Amino acid sequence: MDVWSSLMDGFATALTPMNFLYAVIGVLLGTAVGVLPGLGPAMTVALLLPVTYALEPTSAFIMFAGIYYGGMYGGSTTSILLNTPGESSSVVTAIEGNKMAKAGRAAQALATAAIGSFVAGTIGTALLAVCAPVVVEFAVSLGAPSYFSIMVLALLAVTAVLGSSRLRGFASLGLGLAIGLVGLDVVTGQARLTFGVPLLADGLDIVVVAVAIFAVGEALWVAAHLRRNPLQIIPVGRPWMGKQDWKRSWKPWLRGTAYGFPFGALPAGGAEIPTFLSYVTEKRLSKHPEEFGKGAIEGVAGPEAANNAAAAGTLTPMLALGLPTNATAAVMLAAFTSYGIQPGPQLFSSQGPLVWALIASLFIGNLLLLLINLPLAPMWAKLLQIPRPYLYAGILFFATLGAYSVNLQAFDLVLLLALGALGFMMRRFGLPVLPLILGVILGPRIEKQLRQTLQLSAGDPAGLFSEPIAVVIYIIVAIILVWPFIFKLIRRNRPALATGGVATPSAPEAPSGSSAHPDLPVHSESSARPEKKETP
Amino acid sequence: MTIVVGYVPTPEGEAALTQAIHEARKSNTRLLVINSSKGDALVDNRYAQDSDIQSIEDRLATQGIDHVIKQPVRGHDAAAEVLDAAEENNAELIVIGLRRRTPVGKLIMGSVSQRILLEADCPVLAVKAG
Repeated sequence: MDVWSSLMDGFATALTPMNFLYAVIGVLLGTAVGVLPGLGPAMTVALLLPVTYALEPTSAFIMFAGIYYGGMYGGSTTSILLNTPGESSSVVTAIEGNKMAKAGRAAQALATAAIGSFVAGTIGTALLAVCAPVVVEFAVSLGAPSYFSIMVLALLAVTAVLGSSRLRGFASLGLGLAIGLVGLDVVTGQARLTFGVPLLADGLDIVVVAVAIFAVGEALWVAAHLRRNPLQIIPVGRPWMGKQDWKRSWKPWLRGTAYGFPFGALPAGGAEIPTFLSYVTEKRLSKHPEEFGKGAIEGVAGPEAANNAAAAGTLTPMLALGLPTNATAAVMLAAFTSYGIQPGPQLFSSQGPLVWALIASLFIGNLLLLLINLPLAPMWAKLLQIPRPYLYAGILFFATLGAYSVNLQAFDLVLLLALGALGFMMRRFGLPVLPLILGVILGPRIEKQLRQTLQLSAGDPAGLFSEPIAVVIYIIVAIILVWPFIFKLIRRNRPALATGGVATPSAPEAPSGSSAHPDLPVHSESSARPEKKETP
Repeated sequence: MTIVVGYVPTPEGEAALTQAIHEARKSNTRLLVINSSKGDALVDNRYAQDSDIQSIEDRLATQGIDHVIKQPVRGHDAAAEVLDAAEENNAELIVIGLRRRTPVGKLIMGSVSQRILLEADCPVLAVKAG
């Protein structure tokens, strides 16, 4: 039992007082940013990145993992009590959760969300511990052509499958890849996109880009939309569940986990599609279908479990392949690089203790989150009463401090402002942020694999197809790209069948599109509008 | 002439509203209900929701009082909104509810009631909760 003993070593590392303290800080911070709409774990990790340079990498990653899981928990509280999803992955939770709260069952909704998240998070983390080494074993046999194709798949899938508009997705991806190109070409030493500015020769620091897009862009956006009619939180006591609620919740928890983990692990995963699928499934399987739309507990239990299992799933390709599929994982990957750790399949062998401590800390974080969320959920909701000028002044302060501390040069502050303005414009015109961040972070890595492939084949593009896995993946890529056109064609030919056969509840539009917060940038992170999806 | 009442959905606010209704009936004047928020936090429990406003509306209508309910969200604090409304409408009386504040709380947060009392050009009637 190699996995088992490594994991136990991981627990030993993660439970030292210092690391445990960082886990506690992480889950508290994560819950806080999860509760607040517009702030997310990706932005928090990016802001904390420069601050944590002085720490041991292990401690820093334990804290980041806590933030990541905490964000998933916190989002559900806001969804249920305010009908405003704190995170894009809790959009679906708001549908039934807020109805339950309005019917006076907020305590049960919060309880099933928290316990379901715990169950799914724990199972998901266990699956991560089992699956990741298997994926690594498979991945070390892959060559540059296969890697290149997998990364192409991840970029295209995230861009084309998530989000409402493919055009906007690809525009954002293009911006990201362009930002990733700035600097000296590693192979030939040519300057690219530097416009003769020597300070740009080293490229744009990923911390500056991430902080600018997430924090500064968001702050400008909020400043432009500051005044709005305030909402009221539905008052709630301590979350609890009756016997009947347990009985109705445990199956959705397990089914939600089953949806969440594989979708999270896929390169186009994300948490939005599995939460949506889980909701549809629970609606169909429920013994109380009449309660759906009026506050059915299954509709909270399933999606909440799904989004936490997806969070665990996302870490599988991130740790095993160095392939992030959501914004937080992307920033964590950037963190690896900034600590001088090379992400990829070698990670498990070269940084074994760190990786296993990280996985162990996920188990610990999950338990901590259950303990702090179950009794304290109403208290977390009080965070929403903070006047936003105070909140965002603090965020801008940290953003500026962080961007300056990376290289200690004032030029980075100019970049911060310019990219912050870009982030604002992206929110204004509905461009999703995720493809940009993935483009910036994966761009240089994908280029490296491409150059390597072409060098091996002496510049012959046929080298790209020299491995069977690469060919299979290109076929999947082609299907993803062509699918919507085929789908449209089929629908045109058989309109009656297509409209009747696809179960599309109109409800997910309600919490986001309704009066509550139509302009929340939650949607811009990666909007939850699942299209018909072809998965590899 | 108008009576302006600063309303918040708390016992103090209810007391102020009840008193204001009483005054309005006595002198048979128009009642202007102001419930405002700066609108810079996502959640403000002092901003009345639609159901609250509807019940006030019904209550005033059944009592036959000529009334206007306003909920300005303009980034001004409550004192400024009430004072503005009083000045604009040439109010004969402002009714507000007082709540118990500690000296330290007042030092840090300031006091809406105190500002209205000091700056209003018309008589101010301050009531306490039940």
